[in-house]
Amino acid sequence: MCLAIPARIVELKGDKAVVDAMGNRWRARTTLLPEAKLGDLVLIHAGFAISLVDEQEAKKTWDLLREIDDFEETQDKVSG
Amino acid sequence: MLERIYRAQKVMDDACKRLGRQINIMEVCGTHTVSIFRTGIRSTLHDNLKLLSGPGCPVCVTDQSYIDIVLQLAERRDVLIATYGDMVRVPGKTGSLETKQPHSNVKVVLSSEDALQLAKDNRGKTVVFVAIGFETTAPSTAVVVKQAAAEGVDNFCILSGHKLVVPAMRALVSEKNHNIDAFLCPGHVSVIIGYRAFAEIAERFDRPCVVAGFEPMQIIEGLGEICRQLAAGEAEIKSVYTAVVTEQGNPTAQKIINECFEPVDGYWRGLGKIQESTLRLRDKYGRFDALKRFEITEAPAEDSTGCRCGEVLCGLIEPPECALFEKSCTPQSPVGPCMVSSEGTCAAWFKYGRTRNTKQ
Amino acid sequence: MNRGKHDTILLAHGGGGQLSDELIRRHILPGINNDTLAELADSAKLDLASKSVCFTTDSYVVKPLFFNGGDIGKLAVCGTVNDLAVAGSRPVALSLSLLIEEGFEFELFEKILGSIGKAAKENRVNIVAGDTKTVEAGALDKIFINTAGIGIRLAGVDLGFDKIEVGDRIIINGSIGDHGMTIISQREGIKFESQLRSDCAGLAELTCQLLENTRGIKFMRDPTRGGLAATLNEISRGSGHSIEIREADIPVKPCVQAAADMLGFDVITIANEGKFVAIVSPEAAEGCLNICRRHTLGREAGIIGEVVQTRDVPIVEMTTKIGGRRIVQMPYGRELPRIC
Repeated sequence: MCLAIPARIVELKGDKAVVDAMGNRWRARTTLLPEAKLGDLVLIHAGFAISLVDEQEAKKTWDLLREIDDFEETQDKVSG
Repeated sequence: MLERIYRAQKVMDDACKRLGRQINIMEVCGTHTVSIFRTGIRSTLHDNLKLLSGPGCPVCVTDQSYIDIVLQLAERRDVLIATYGDMVRVPGKTGSLETKQPHSNVKVVLSSEDALQLAKDNRGKTVVFVAIGFETTAPSTAVVVKQAAAEGVDNFCILSGHKLVVPAMRALVSEKNHNIDAFLCPGHVSVIIGYRAFAEIAERFDRPCVVAGFEPMQIIEGLGEICRQLAAGEAEIKSVYTAVVTEQGNPTAQKIINECFEPVDGYWRGLGKIQESTLRLRDKYGRFDALKRFEITEAPAEDSTGCRCGEVLCGLIEPPECALFEKSCTPQSPVGPCMVSSEGTCAAWFKYGRTRNTKQ
Repeated sequence: MNRGKHDTILLAHGGGGQLSDELIRRHILPGINNDTLAELADSAKLDLASKSVCFTTDSYVVKPLFFNGGDIGKLAVCGTVNDLAVAGSRPVALSLSLLIEEGFEFELFEKILGSIGKAAKENRVNIVAGDTKTVEAGALDKIFINTAGIGIRLAGVDLGFDKIEVGDRIIINGSIGDHGMTIISQREGIKFESQLRSDCAGLAELTCQLLENTRGIKFMRDPTRGGLAATLNEISRGSGHSIEIREADIPVKPCVQAAADMLGFDVITIANEGKFVAIVSPEAAEGCLNICRRHTLGREAGIIGEVVQTRDVPIVEMTTKIGGRRIVQMPYGRELPRIC
């Protein structure tokens, strides 16, 4: 019933974050997840981070997440 | 990955053989339903294993009277409706937001925050946020209600259609002749409420409750665990969605739901009245309640349509056994929740008929 | 460019008088001119190489007008070029009809005309006829464009539903969902930053290469609105045959998939503007792929499925990544973002 995807916090000011999922960037709030830090992989639902994502666990089952590593690598190359 | 899938499938097949009867597992959650549909999981299952699509699509089970109120409000010139895209096509008595109000004062938003922002940007109008969803979505509504109160955004209010999952599950298994052997429990609701919330269903009603994520492998592993339990005569709560679901859930989110909302009796399309199953704003935030703001006395939803979705949901009847099916109830003008969603049991039957439906 | 004393288009620019003339000569012609158009005749006179032609028309309304990978002008040329191309013809001439809301900025107008000119050149078509209308503010949203097009049918090429047979292969020339997700990502109220980029492109060069150098292409269609799902359903209904596709073989970019997941969209229902689906005989399939892959618009081309025997009604079925099977339905229409 509830669509949510993992995304990485790339900007964080108070409870206002920008999260990135494979190059798509959304504004999101961390009000419901006060422990979230910059760089964390979090689960986003309707504009709110609702949980931290255990990356090791997630990669075992999440198809798209497996591509994140490759993706982030190429990003580094592009920007660096 | 495929190896893990094969392993889970083997567990399921063995369990089916051992039990030697039809097993009915209800996937409670609408996103599970969509994922099961999109990935074709049904076609990979043993013939004795049947998946029942549960009441976990908040849109499908939203009562018609709620939508009628939204449509009524949408006609007012001093109102802007902020809604998730999900609600746009859901039929009320006189049409849907799509047919009734093609544009102008209906805005599709992606988050409750966008709805609040809409109010800030349109001070001359009252923004009514059509707040639907289960425990996953309710906290985000609570956050902006609190924020509106703190910032004095008085032209903002919500029409709460938030619903609770466990009371609905309880209602289903309390029916004396239901056919549900076990529940595949919603992944993202469980992120908020924690998997312990299903303990009552597992213990009191002796039904395995397994939380899974939405990737096909998660669903198959969840089904595998359920079959294992059924074959072993167990009924436990378990989560295979360990990446995000904990036993206790998200305490911050639970706290804010309790702070803003209280559970009250509510009506579900096709299921009728369910005790303490919907969330109403507490008096403290009463001025943000659209029902109070517009002095709407919510008409008690009479289920006079003759819709038998409740029985379809519980796996008691097949869609053609309902007198409305293909007659007054079609995907173009649905009466019950199972016809509202394109993945709903009745909608699928309508499209593909008996033979197709079993293996779609 | 000197745009006189006006920054925006006035109703009078469509009035047929001096301002109309100025609009045409100063703002429209420079980007798209050719001998036929320069005559500004009531009707274009064309000497075509063949009397067997394809003729089509399409109207373009897109919001936003400018998006990553293109704009409404490029779309208006490529869209009509593609309709001609997939019908088995070589596009030669287009008409261009502009419907403009009063108050539309000249700067944007010229940008769009520039794109139209560039796209026409790249696709080797001339714009040979045109019309301009201005309407009062609010009567339409900024600018709508209609293009009609003529293509010369390629000799010996006859495509049609009736040619499709069981066993034929289904080829697509690259990743799906790019255009639709790009537009959605820039739609008001949904807007998010991303690396999404529309695939908007004219396909005629590639389709002509395919049709001229291979045999066995039975049918082609560009999966625009409604995406791959709609096109395959149309092909299935039109031919009376069922279709089976394999999810694992359909190219989708990760950023397109992630955006679709976030909003609850099914990528096979999302629009494309630089893709074609070709139904080809099994013998011709490899040859077609080789030609595609040598072309910039076909690097990721692949065989995504087959035409199969119909059991009761023609349907489109997909084998999913986990080996499940599902029916691919005709999409409803406008896609709405979901949260549940």
